[in-house]
Amino acid sequence: MEITLTHYLLVGAITFCIGVYGVLVKRNAITLFMCVELMLNSVNLTFIAFSKYRVDLDGHVFAFFIMAVAAAEAAVGLALILHIFRHYRSLDVDRASELRL
Amino acid sequence: MDAIFTNDFYYLGLIVLFPLIGALINGLFGSKLPSKLVDFVACGAMLLAFMTSILSVLIFSRSQEPMLTYTAYQWIYTGSFNADIAFLLDPLSSVMILIITGVGFLIHLYSTSYMSEDPGKWKYFTYLNLFVFAMLLLVLGKNLLVTFIGWEGVGACSYLLIGFWYSDDEKAAAGQKAFIVNRVGDFAFILGIILLYTETGTFDYVELHQMATNAATAAKLAPIALPVVLLIFVGCTGKSAQIPLYTWLPDAMAGPTPVSALIHAATMVTSGVFLLSRLNGLVTLTFEAMWVIAIIGALTAFFAATIALVQNDIKKVLAYSTVSQLGYMFLAIGVGSFTGAVFHLMTHAFFKALLFLGSGSVIHAMGGEQDIRKMGGLKKWMPVTSKTFLIGCIAIAGVPFFSGFFSKDLILWNAWSNTHVFQIQGAFEGLPTIESLTNTVLPAVESQAMLEVATPTFIIHHLVFVLGLLTALMTAFYMFRLYFLTFEGECRADEDTKAHLHESPVAITIPLSVLAVLSVVGGWTGWPHVVSYWFKDNQKVADGMLAFEHWLAPVFETSMTYRIVNRFGEHYKPYEWASMGFGTTAAILGISLAFIFYIKRPDLPGRIVESVGALYKVLEDKYKIDEIYDIAFVNRTVDAGKVSYGFDRNILDGVLVNGVGFFANAFGQILRYLQGGDVQKYATYIVLAIVMAFFALT
Repeated sequence: MEITLTHYLLVGAITFCIGVYGVLVKRNAITLFMCVELMLNSVNLTFIAFSKYRVDLDGHVFAFFIMAVAAAEAAVGLALILHIFRHYRSLDVDRASELRL
Repeated sequence: MDAIFTNDFYYLGLIVLFPLIGALINGLFGSKLPSKLVDFVACGAMLLAFMTSILSVLIFSRSQEPMLTYTAYQWIYTGSFNADIAFLLDPLSSVMILIITGVGFLIHLYSTSYMSEDPGKWKYFTYLNLFVFAMLLLVLGKNLLVTFIGWEGVGACSYLLIGFWYSDDEKAAAGQKAFIVNRVGDFAFILGIILLYTETGTFDYVELHQMATNAATAAKLAPIALPVVLLIFVGCTGKSAQIPLYTWLPDAMAGPTPVSALIHAATMVTSGVFLLSRLNGLVTLTFEAMWVIAIIGALTAFFAATIALVQNDIKKVLAYSTVSQLGYMFLAIGVGSFTGAVFHLMTHAFFKALLFLGSGSVIHAMGGEQDIRKMGGLKKWMPVTSKTFLIGCIAIAGVPFFSGFFSKDLILWNAWSNTHVFQIQGAFEGLPTIESLTNTVLPAVESQAMLEVATPTFIIHHLVFVLGLLTALMTAFYMFRLYFLTFEGECRADEDTKAHLHESPVAITIPLSVLAVLSVVGGWTGWPHVVSYWFKDNQKVADGMLAFEHWLAPVFETSMTYRIVNRFGEHYKPYEWASMGFGTTAAILGISLAFIFYIKRPDLPGRIVESVGALYKVLEDKYKIDEIYDIAFVNRTVDAGKVSYGFDRNILDGVLVNGVGFFANAFGQILRYLQGGDVQKYATYIVLAIVMAFFALT
């Protein structure tokens, strides 16, 4: 069986949905964070697939950008998680729900 | 004199500046300055302004120029609309600045004594100087806008000074009444000058006068002259206390007496007369407006005099007398006697300031008592005040050789003799040109064709002449009633007051004496023509006797010569003698009646009052005009205010302002549940939104 663009996109979409599902239902901050990474990387996969299909480098450029941003986000996100843990002694995001009226 | 100086006559700026500086010094530092220094600054500023005025008028009279001007500041400068703070000195404003600064200085001097014990004296002098500043702006302004600043300025100062003793509710209310009634007039005034501007494109008096007197442009101006002049005249009825807006002036007597003398007798109230004289070219373009002015003036003169007959408050009598005399001036303008109006303005400034200051002296001596029924025999204690007051009464009554006689006679004579050449039947079609006048009208003036005047003008002039005579009779009567009740006979004051009776200090008697002299000689600059005719061989004397008329001639020349003419032509002499005779008779008759009623037979007035009780009551109640205004306008305004208040409270505030707030608040109350602080819920909203957006877009 030949692997076509559709297959790549399907894998990307499935991975993205898994990421969304994780973000919406998981309580653990680290898990949430990993799910966000999953979503980012599914988008990367999609970009690369389109890039290969169209035979140009634009998708690569975007993928690199996303990787760079994801690296920065990882730094900030992990620092935030660390602080949440220190503050609440827990990684449950439901505990960190004081930003409300 | 070189031409540059003519257009850059900076003395005019100085005249205006001195009182302003005086007001600033007293206004900013007056509360901390010693009392003597406050007096010195206020009077010094006035004296400097007076000296500069004299000097300016002297330079002007020698300069051979028609006018001197000075542009102090380029005020508004846009493409099509330019207005400068510019001043204009011509014969008319010369007369006005001399009266304002001269009489103003005397009244400042008087006030130093009159107000010496008042803790707010510095404030008083600040307002007084500020008033003089505004009044000088009004008369010196070269365009209507500068005049308008002064016009509003004097109104504001008048309000401040009437309500000077503002802790007394009644006095504060009198100040507000003056201000509000004046605003009614000012509104019409603004409309008038805007209408004038839209048609002419200028506010400048010189340009306006040229337009109004040049035959070609006058024809263009004629259609709007009637509404413009009437609107401006409504403004004048407010400021100069004419029917129907005169009611504020008698109430204005709540202010300190020198204020009544300066503002509500000598200067501010004459600004309407000044303005119409300034615009004489425009006024004479429209004979309908002149009819209105003449009739309103004559009616005001008459009705105010009837009210003055029965008033018992010394200042109220003088107040109604002022309204009446101002009516005389408007009567004069209405019959085209601008010289007469300005002449009467001047003599009136002298004798009415004198009378008010005299009454202030009396009130001071009586310890604040103003009811003439409780006075009497005061001449024993107050020789200077009583003598100067008597001179003032003689002058205002119009006894020959006193100033009031000359001005009143000129007005009455002109009312009888003047006619508009516009009205001569068949003289010409449309508006006259200088040529058509010299060719057809002026010859006709000298022939019997002059008697062919248009009927309305003829009737109106005779009507105002008769009303003027009756007013003169009543004026003589009530002024001498006032004099006799105050200074002659037995003293009716209680013993306590009697013990305190004294002549006033020199700061009060000097201004009285100076004004008394002016009240006599002030009129000697304008003798009747027939008298000056006796001296026709000695041209110098004859000219001197008509000095006032000759001085003002350049201002009124065009309109007087070509639009207003003497309908008796060459044969005027017997008529002028007759007019003088009527006037003198009225004065003598009035004085004699007062003498009989209040000296010979003091029981008579009471019996007469009994027999015509109803009429007396009507007069004493001032025709109930104030009450009628209350019902017709004041209460209706209050009602409208209440309705607006309700609308504002319930509809604007209730429904609109609070409604919007309530709605936003309620919406927020619902939305707040979305803000749960739960990150995952937010993420859910985002995902749901994206999904919905996705479906919406496909």
